[in-house]
Amino acid sequence: MNLETLMFYLLSALTVFAALRVITSRNPVHAALFLVLAFFSTAGIWMLLEAEFLALTLVLVYVGAVMVLFLFVVMMLDINLERLRVGFWKWFPFAAILAVVLLVEMVMVLGSSSTAGTNVNVAKHAADYSNTKELGRLIYTEYIYAFELAAVLLLVAIIAAIALTLRQRSGTKHQVQGDQIQVRSKDRVRIVSMPSVARPDTRK
Amino acid sequence: MSYFSTLAPAYAEIFLLVMACIILIVDLFVADRQKSATYLLVQLTLVGLALITVYTYQPGIAHLFKNMFVDDLMSDVLKMLSYISVSMILVYSRSYLLARGLFTGEFMVLTLFALLGMMVMISASHFLSMYIGLELMSLSLYAMVALQRDSAVATEAAMKYFILGALASGLLLYGMSMLYGATGTLDVNAVAAAIKHGVANPNLLVFGLVFVVAGLAFKLGAVPFHMWVPDVYQGAPTSVVMLIGSATKLAAFAFVMRLLVDGLQQLMIHWSGMLVILAVLSMAVGNISAIAQTNFKRMLAYSSIAHMGFFLLGVLSGGIDGYGASMFYIVIYALMSLGAFGMITMLSREGYEADTLDAFKGLNQRSPWLAFMMLLLMFSMAGVPPTAGFYAKFSVLEAIINTGHIEIAIIAVLFSLIGAYYYLRIVKLMYFDAPESHEPIRIQPDSGLLISFNGLAVLALGIMPGWLMTVCAMAVQKSLLLH
Amino acid sequence: MEAQVLHFFQWFWDLFGLWNVVWSFVEPVWPLIWNLMKIVAIVAPLMIGVAYLTYAERKILAYMQVRVGPNRVGYYGLLQPIADGIKLLFKELIVPIRSNKLLFAFAPVMVLAPALAAWAVVPFADGMVLANINAGLLFILAMTSIGVYGVIIAGWSSNSKYAFLGAMRSAAQMVSYELPMGFALVCVLLAAQSMNLTDIVMGQQSNAGMLGWYFVPLFPMFIVYLISGVAETNRAPFDMAEGESEIVAGFHVEYSGMGFALFFLGEYANMILIAGLTSLFFLGGWLNPFHGWMLVGALTEWVPGIVWLLGKMFFVLFLFLWFRATFPRYRYDQLMRLGWKVLIPLTLVWVVVVAAWMQTPYWLWTPASVQG
Repeated sequence: MNLETLMFYLLSALTVFAALRVITSRNPVHAALFLVLAFFSTAGIWMLLEAEFLALTLVLVYVGAVMVLFLFVVMMLDINLERLRVGFWKWFPFAAILAVVLLVEMVMVLGSSSTAGTNVNVAKHAADYSNTKELGRLIYTEYIYAFELAAVLLLVAIIAAIALTLRQRSGTKHQVQGDQIQVRSKDRVRIVSMPSVARPDTRK
Repeated sequence: MSYFSTLAPAYAEIFLLVMACIILIVDLFVADRQKSATYLLVQLTLVGLALITVYTYQPGIAHLFKNMFVDDLMSDVLKMLSYISVSMILVYSRSYLLARGLFTGEFMVLTLFALLGMMVMISASHFLSMYIGLELMSLSLYAMVALQRDSAVATEAAMKYFILGALASGLLLYGMSMLYGATGTLDVNAVAAAIKHGVANPNLLVFGLVFVVAGLAFKLGAVPFHMWVPDVYQGAPTSVVMLIGSATKLAAFAFVMRLLVDGLQQLMIHWSGMLVILAVLSMAVGNISAIAQTNFKRMLAYSSIAHMGFFLLGVLSGGIDGYGASMFYIVIYALMSLGAFGMITMLSREGYEADTLDAFKGLNQRSPWLAFMMLLLMFSMAGVPPTAGFYAKFSVLEAIINTGHIEIAIIAVLFSLIGAYYYLRIVKLMYFDAPESHEPIRIQPDSGLLISFNGLAVLALGIMPGWLMTVCAMAVQKSLLLH
Repeated sequence: MEAQVLHFFQWFWDLFGLWNVVWSFVEPVWPLIWNLMKIVAIVAPLMIGVAYLTYAERKILAYMQVRVGPNRVGYYGLLQPIADGIKLLFKELIVPIRSNKLLFAFAPVMVLAPALAAWAVVPFADGMVLANINAGLLFILAMTSIGVYGVIIAGWSSNSKYAFLGAMRSAAQMVSYELPMGFALVCVLLAAQSMNLTDIVMGQQSNAGMLGWYFVPLFPMFIVYLISGVAETNRAPFDMAEGESEIVAGFHVEYSGMGFALFFLGEYANMILIAGLTSLFFLGGWLNPFHGWMLVGALTEWVPGIVWLLGKMFFVLFLFLWFRATFPRYRYDQLMRLGWKVLIPLTLVWVVVVAAWMQTPYWLWTPASVQG
């Protein structure tokens, strides 16, 4: 067993452990943090596959942005675990059967005749091989259609999110910066011209 | 030939994307609350799309973007029908949405993006583009269902639609990944070739197929994956339901054809068995549950489940006849449901939603013409001759009997008879009951004209179904590679 | 370099006649030891740098505010950071009772670790780098983006309202400012046509001296990067996460002793990192600013590259301190508005501008390695 294989098993074990803890830990914040760990170790596995672009993007996007927002929400939720667990054991047998079926399928994928043949050692790339460049080339040539459509999908997500959240609610006290900037002194201050009246002399 | 002219088959999609982005920006500068400029621009875009699709028509099958995109007669026909139905939806729903403050630029842009997703689905010949098209359509629809933010029902409907839709996407994707694992390719034609040459693990293929069919059934709303349909139909704004109930079904037809027929034709023995169960259950549950409904939209939801069952019968009988019949069925169904939901939008007014059966009581006294149109639509849904619905059901039954499954045909006819009850009940309510309110029905000229067209079209297509049937049969024949 | 070090060891152990014995033990793990030595060579000066950055901050702020600053410990207070360190080391560690102990202890590590890990790909001169990887820029972005976890975890695990508020503010802020930072770097990698940090610096080399550096064509991006850098490190005027006058000390209000010190180390290490990256990306790294400039260029040719790099870093760090002394703290909505409505659109536009500009003959910054 060389170092790479050892690393692979280590990271895989870590991924599986973290993924298990995501669904078993009682505290939702812990679950989210274990998900972060699972992403990290997956990124490590991708590193081993020389897919450094995907690995780093996974860390950058999922760990660095998505999970932060996830945590942001989860930390502020007051989740009642007792209520969530009602009916857990009642439905457990069904879930277990489903899980077993899925497991069997996974095993079949791995043992499938077409994948078994391709299970050979892939040649290592030279040191100047850039996975990023290769990905970029593929994305902008062969997969341009799917890539552009994925971009459209994100655009729709943005439009949807804004359309659903941006609404004027009555009763909120928010500032309108444009109005604040356009304020002129005459709108706020009224100069009143008053005749000067001699003050009665009180010194006497 | 320059690179741009090689893109000709996809000009319509490109034009739509560009226009959607332009409309999104233009709408920011439209101060008018009625959004007339945006509305006009959207309708012009749809006209432009139709023109582009006509002018870029070429006989034969053209593949583009490394086989991710396919342009053939079926896609052209379905795209044209999608433009028409989206255009009709906008006409119907304009005053309805204006009264509810939902007629915003975002609504129209999301509609266009949903249309783009449908077009991508219709023209997809690669698992990747299929999935992205489906997601593009679904995501737009989720948002549109939820657009009515202050309505608790709409929010609940959106939540259910979103969660179950995401689950369905997951199932579909999982099935696709199985098929990818078995065949080593995502290209539909290559998948078909790989299965034909026996390089794929059969067990794995069937497992993948189960998930794909389950995902499709979810999206179509077939029993036992139908739970979301009634809630969404009832809760969502009627204009959005109209979109879900008409244009998306056209896209779903193309999706089923490309995936099951183009890609997995060799596995037909397996999937037709699954479809029989789905179809029979859908017809049973749909027709029987619809009887118990008092909410018209909910009733139409169950009716849509039943119709999907009927549609699946056409698919599972196979062959040009079967696919042609199911295409004809889905087109007619889209037309009918447009009319039925259009009727709800016309009877509704500010602060009042005409979505109960009671709203139709005595419609004949309030507006004889609308009642007559509704009568035509309901007759057609029930399958009463000489309306189009009759011919649609007839051609599907013919196809299934030709394959020798007489018992399934008998079941289908029985459930259709049960279904006729609740459609005809509407007719009874309209003509024989006294109206509950005498509020005059104010109809916009454009939607009044449209509902007349819609109702008469259902009648005309029932009397002369031949040409549309021919178009459907030709579209299927020229587009599907029946191995 | 490696050979020289080995040679020195050989000479040293040969004094005792033990070289062969020692080498037979050391040889199998020598690459590991060599890498560890390099890591120490980076981290140790960095830690000293951090210590003296706090001193510099106090002194500079003091002079800007017409005070004297620390002047009791050692000459001109030069030993003050050491004294502070020792003081913090011996302070009692207080762990709040209802806190999440494990995460509470883990959080300061999460702040410091990414700040140190990012240095792995930072080159100090041509070839003087721990790991010369192709996707160096992505690695930097990835590492700086996970620094936020330390802050969030600290805020949440303390089980304290002020700390939690600080964590929430910081999470939103850092995620928001990562975007303009990333887009600014997209411009840099467009210009350099590489994500390798050494290539990025070498791409700025030309006979025009400092005019060949990327801060000239990408000037708006340079400013955006600097602003985002200040926001990313939670420094004034973007120190919403701490906000002494609003939420006492924000996310680290419950920390004492070494835990507190680690947060400090992390913050200052991050500052130095951002200063280093700004120098590399926009200010030509170790390149001589006067290279190719007739007389001045010839006169300064002898100065080693690392001196230039350190000089530029100090310049950027000085800006950090200067900002702190000059600007009042932003209000939270203003901070978000600046990020989302000003910086992000600006960077998006500039990416397009640079991409279009590069297609014209007026783009004069094409890297020498790509030319011709």
